[in-house]
Amino acid sequence: MIQLNNLTAGYGGDPIVKGITLDFHPGEVLALVGPNGSGKSTLLKAALGLLPAQGGQVLYDGRDLRELGRKEAARRAAYLTQSRNTPSITALRMVLHGRFPYLSYPRRYGREDYAMARRAMDRTGSRPHEDVNVQALSGGQRQGVYLAMALAQDTETVFLDEPTTYLDVNRQLQTMETARELAQSGKAVALVLHDLPMALRGADRMAVLEEGKLLCWDRPEAVYASGVLDRVFGVALHRVETPHGPQYYATLKKEGL
Amino acid sequence: MKGWQRSSTRQSKGLFWAILCLLTAGAAALSLTLGAVNLSPEEIWTALTGGDPASVAARIVVYTRLPRTCAALLAGAALAASGVLIQTVLNNPLASPGVIGVNASAGLAVALVCALSPLAQRWTPLVAFLGALLGVLLVLGLAQWTGAARMTVVLAGVAISNLFSAGIDGVVTLVPDALNGITDFRIGGFSGVTMARLAPAALLIFVSLLAALSLSHPLDILALGSDTARSLGLAVAPMRVLLLVLAAALAGAAVSFSGLLGFVGLIVPHSMRRLVGEESLPLLTASILGGACFVTLCDLLARLLFAPFELPVGIVLAFAGVPFFLWLLFRQKGRRI
Repeated sequence: MIQLNNLTAGYGGDPIVKGITLDFHPGEVLALVGPNGSGKSTLLKAALGLLPAQGGQVLYDGRDLRELGRKEAARRAAYLTQSRNTPSITALRMVLHGRFPYLSYPRRYGREDYAMARRAMDRTGSRPHEDVNVQALSGGQRQGVYLAMALAQDTETVFLDEPTTYLDVNRQLQTMETARELAQSGKAVALVLHDLPMALRGADRMAVLEEGKLLCWDRPEAVYASGVLDRVFGVALHRVETPHGPQYYATLKKEGL
Repeated sequence: MKGWQRSSTRQSKGLFWAILCLLTAGAAALSLTLGAVNLSPEEIWTALTGGDPASVAARIVVYTRLPRTCAALLAGAALAASGVLIQTVLNNPLASPGVIGVNASAGLAVALVCALSPLAQRWTPLVAFLGALLGVLLVLGLAQWTGAARMTVVLAGVAISNLFSAGIDGVVTLVPDALNGITDFRIGGFSGVTMARLAPAALLIFVSLLAALSLSHPLDILALGSDTARSLGLAVAPMRVLLLVLAAALAGAAVSFSGLLGFVGLIVPHSMRRLVGEESLPLLTASILGGACFVTLCDLLARLLFAPFELPVGIVLAFAGVPFFLWLLFRQKGRRI
C-alpha cells in the first residue's frame, strides 16, 4: 500500500501541496477532486516520486520511497499522465513499454511480456488496434492504449491523472468501469476527476483538495453530506434517488434567494 | 507510408531493409568505381586485396577513393544517427546537430585549436567531440533550467549556432590558415580526406553507433515523455545526458573530417521516420544506412557533375535533399511531424 505521511511537495519555490496524509487502499477507487490549481496532479507526481518531497514521507509498503530504486517503485505504482506524447509506433509496442520496469539491460520483451500486454489491451478494449499506429487512433482509442500500458505495468497501485477528460460519455463510463474492475481485482486506483457526479457515483472514497491542502477524505456520501464540495467549488450539489441508485448533479449557487 | 505499421507484412518490411542495404552497398561501390578516372570492378578488387600497390588504379583506390567513400559513409551515418538521438532526447522534431549549433560548436573548437597550433590537427576528432559536447550540453541546459518551450529551445539553438558560426568566421579571418587542412569546411566536403585523419574519428563513430543501438530501448521509453518515462523506472536525467554525449560524439567526429554538413541530421531521420515509424531500433538503423547512402551518393554527384571540377558535397546535399524532403513532407497532407 502507498501512504502519504504529512507530505509537502512542489516545483522548487513555494510548496504546491502541503501536509497531506492519505492512504491509497488496495481494492478501492479513490477520486481526487478540487478546483483547477488545487494541487491534484502535483499530489500524484509527489506520490510517484516524480517530484521530491519537501517535507513528510511517501511510503511504499512501509518503506520510504527515497530508499527504493526507480524500477522497484515502477513495479509498485503505474501512472497515466495528463498530457501524453504520441509517438508513431504500434499500439502493442506502446503497451509493451509498460513492461519496461521488469527488463534489465539490454534484454528484449519476452513471451510473458507480450501476454501481459495483450491481456491489458483486452481489458481496455484496445486489442483490435494492436497493430495500428497510435497516431492513427482516435482520442478515445489512444486513451485505451495508454491505460493498457499502465495496466501492463502490473502494479498494486494505479494513478490516473484526468483519465476521462476529452472523452465521449461512453468512453468516460467505460474508463470508470475499468477503474472499478481494477479495484475489485485488488488494486488501489486513484484518479483525478473533474466530473463531481461521476466521482460521487463511482468512487469508494473521495479526497477533496483546496489550495494544496486536503480538506476531506471520506466516503462519497459523507463528503456530499458535509457540504464541503458546495463550498469549495461554489456550486449547489443535489442528490436524487433513481432506479440506478443515487445520482448527483450540480447547479450554480443563486445568491440572495 | 502511413499504413506501414498497419498493413505491413513481414515481406514488405524485409523488402524495405533489403533495398536500403543494397542501395547503401551500391552507393559505396559506385563511389569506388566512378570518378575522374573510371575503374573496373576487377581493378578495385585487385587494389583492395593488395595486388600491385604501385599501379595507378591501386593508388587511386587506396589513397583517394577508399578514404573518400569511407568518409562519406561514416559522416552520413553519424550525422543521421546524431539527429535521431537529439530529436528524441529534446523531444523536438526541429532539432538536429546542424540546427541547434552542435556542428557549429564542434567546428569552432576545431578552428580555434588549429589556429593556435597547426600541429593539433591530429587531435581534431577529440577537439570536435569536446566542442560538440559543449554545444549539446548548452542547449540541454537551456532547455532544462529555463523549462523553455520546445520552440524556444530550437530558437535558442539557432541563435547559438549563428554565434558559433560567426566565431568560426572570426577565427578564419584572423588566422586565414587555420582550416587549410579541412577544405570546404563551411559547406562541408570530403576532398583531401586521408585514412590517417579518418581513423580516430571512425573509431569514435563506430563505438558511439554501437552504444546508441544498444540504448534503443531507453530511447523508446524517453519518447513517451519524461514523466511517463520516469514512472516506468527510467533514470531520465542521466540517460538524457548519456544519449546527448553519444550524439555529440557522432556529430563531432563527423564534423572533424567533413566540415559542417548540417542538413543530413535533420532530413534523414525525418525521411526514415516516415518510412519505418518511430520505434528507435529500426529508426536508428534505417537512419544510419540512409544517411550513409545519401551522403555517399551526393558526394559521387559532387565529383561527377562538373568533372574534373568538384562541387563541395554540401551544395549537392542541399539541392538533392531539400526537394526530396519537401516531397516527403507534403505527400501526406495534414500529417504532423
